[in-house]
Amino acid sequence: MAVVFQKTKGLTDKPFHYCPGCMHGIIHRLIAEVMEEMDILDKTIGVASVGCTYNNYDYFSCDMVQAAHGRAPAVATGIKRCKPEEMVFTYQGDGDLASIGTAEIVHAAARGEKICTFFVNNAVYGMTSGQMAPTTLLGQVTTTSPLGRDAETRGYPINVSEMLSTLTGAVYIERVALFDYKHIQEAKKAIAKAFRVQQAGLGFAMVEFLSTCPTNWGKEPIEALEWCKEKMVPQYPLGVFKGKDLEV
Amino acid sequence: MAEVVLMKGNEAIAESAIRSGCLYYFGYPITPQTEIAAYMAKTMPKRGGVFLQAESEIAAINMVYGVAGSGKRVMTSSSSPGISLKQEGISYLAGSELPALIVNVQRGGPGLGGIQPSQSDYFQATKGGGHGDYRNLVIAPASVQELYELTVKSFDLADKYRMVCMILGDGTIGQMMEPVAFKEKEDTVEIAKPWATTGMHGREKHNTITSIYIDPDDLEAKNRELQEKYREIEEKEVMFESSNLEDAEIVIAAYGTCSRICKNVIRQAAELGIKVGMVRPITLWPFPSKEFARVADMPSVKGFLDVELSSGQMIEDVRLAVNGKKPVYFHGRMGGNLPTQKEILDEIVKIHKGEM
Repeated sequence: MAVVFQKTKGLTDKPFHYCPGCMHGIIHRLIAEVMEEMDILDKTIGVASVGCTYNNYDYFSCDMVQAAHGRAPAVATGIKRCKPEEMVFTYQGDGDLASIGTAEIVHAAARGEKICTFFVNNAVYGMTSGQMAPTTLLGQVTTTSPLGRDAETRGYPINVSEMLSTLTGAVYIERVALFDYKHIQEAKKAIAKAFRVQQAGLGFAMVEFLSTCPTNWGKEPIEALEWCKEKMVPQYPLGVFKGKDLEV
Repeated sequence: MAEVVLMKGNEAIAESAIRSGCLYYFGYPITPQTEIAAYMAKTMPKRGGVFLQAESEIAAINMVYGVAGSGKRVMTSSSSPGISLKQEGISYLAGSELPALIVNVQRGGPGLGGIQPSQSDYFQATKGGGHGDYRNLVIAPASVQELYELTVKSFDLADKYRMVCMILGDGTIGQMMEPVAFKEKEDTVEIAKPWATTGMHGREKHNTITSIYIDPDDLEAKNRELQEKYREIEEKEVMFESSNLEDAEIVIAAYGTCSRICKNVIRQAAELGIKVGMVRPITLWPFPSKEFARVADMPSVKGFLDVELSSGQMIEDVRLAVNGKKPVYFHGRMGGNLPTQKEILDEIVKIHKGEM
């Protein structure tokens, strides 16, 4: 009998620990599938960060390094500078990348480090149970913005893709979503393009994924998808912010 | 044939690192160690290495983490305030058991402090520094020649024990110029690192570098492993220099810059008929406790004088080792000031007369 579908070799057999309706599982699988399809599993070093995905080194079947909170782009810089032939990626959430790790991501992009960053934006701290993130929307209720985020005392959401796309060293920046099949396929294409940009040695590449956190949003998974589409997309528009015409 | 070059201490560290096969340097400018970065920036490209000026000390130490995980020799250097910033990364290096060289050319603190020499980071260097139960190998050279030789040794020790080796210097040691006799070839061998994340390239299992152990039993087991390693180091890797101990009445405890000043004081004391010896720790961790205990048992020894560029930090380890058998007196200067020979000699005379 012909095999029509099987789990990608890019993932180990260890079951994910993620909550129901969380999108880390989908993003992991997409990255893993791309690595398998591009035949780079054997020459990729991934950098896990701090947050719900701290142990995704157990899920990806390539060499993996666990980095301190926010420091993944610096760790990846070290790896890539001494292993220029390998493919290097970081996997970071919004607290990790857009709060504690802003300096590291900005400077890795500014230096044009030849790495890929997969940035998962779900507008909330997941692992520590639902605190306000730099990407939390105005009015969004979290455990540390119990009356909803107000700009007066808590400032405004950070649009990371737009911000990084102003840097010359960042050559490919795209924001994608995962709320239906079509968008998931587009997300996969973006991941592949980011890896190809690195393969071609062009510079820094980042894909931002709009993701859901039903547990900390206090929503059913389907409801969370709707919320992501209706509330997050207006603040975080989808599209290619840098490198639209890049042929790789 | 040995090549003799007149060099600054900081430059000797940099040259020695490259000779040891360290081709990756990450740092951030700070006085009084910036010559290391400048030397690396100029020299690394010519020798096939990488110099990168990081956006912060925090980024630099994490770049070190990335290279160390990949199995290559790597270093960073800084001075006291910058080393404080690196402590998070140093704790992660300890937890993940990654070898690296970290140089602290100390200046006075706390806070932004000053830019003149100090030894006030002794506690931070020898007792861990960051969070968690861990140690770094801490080496305190006292001359430019020693900076060269001990830097080479640091890389071997770091690799052997998969841990951070720290060169603890100070502004004087880093800035002074002395002749250095370089060997033709360094006696250092890079060992295999099968644990490194290099890309699998046919390896059956993927390698992981991590310091997180969520299960308390796993984390305790990891800590026990680390402690076992540290006990082995305490047994095998202690380095010190004892001098003039025969019939010594007073024994000085001093390292680095202070030990150089004290050497002259020993001569001056002899002219006054006072027999003074010295134990100079070269490794600050592991500390030469056995040597101090042995000297404390010598009948001729009336007491110790600990001399530091601090309010008295190493003296705690000296007192633990001496264990109350003999009095341990202290003389220290702070803020970037150095004690004069006369100051120290006056203390010695007072101790000798029983006036302390």
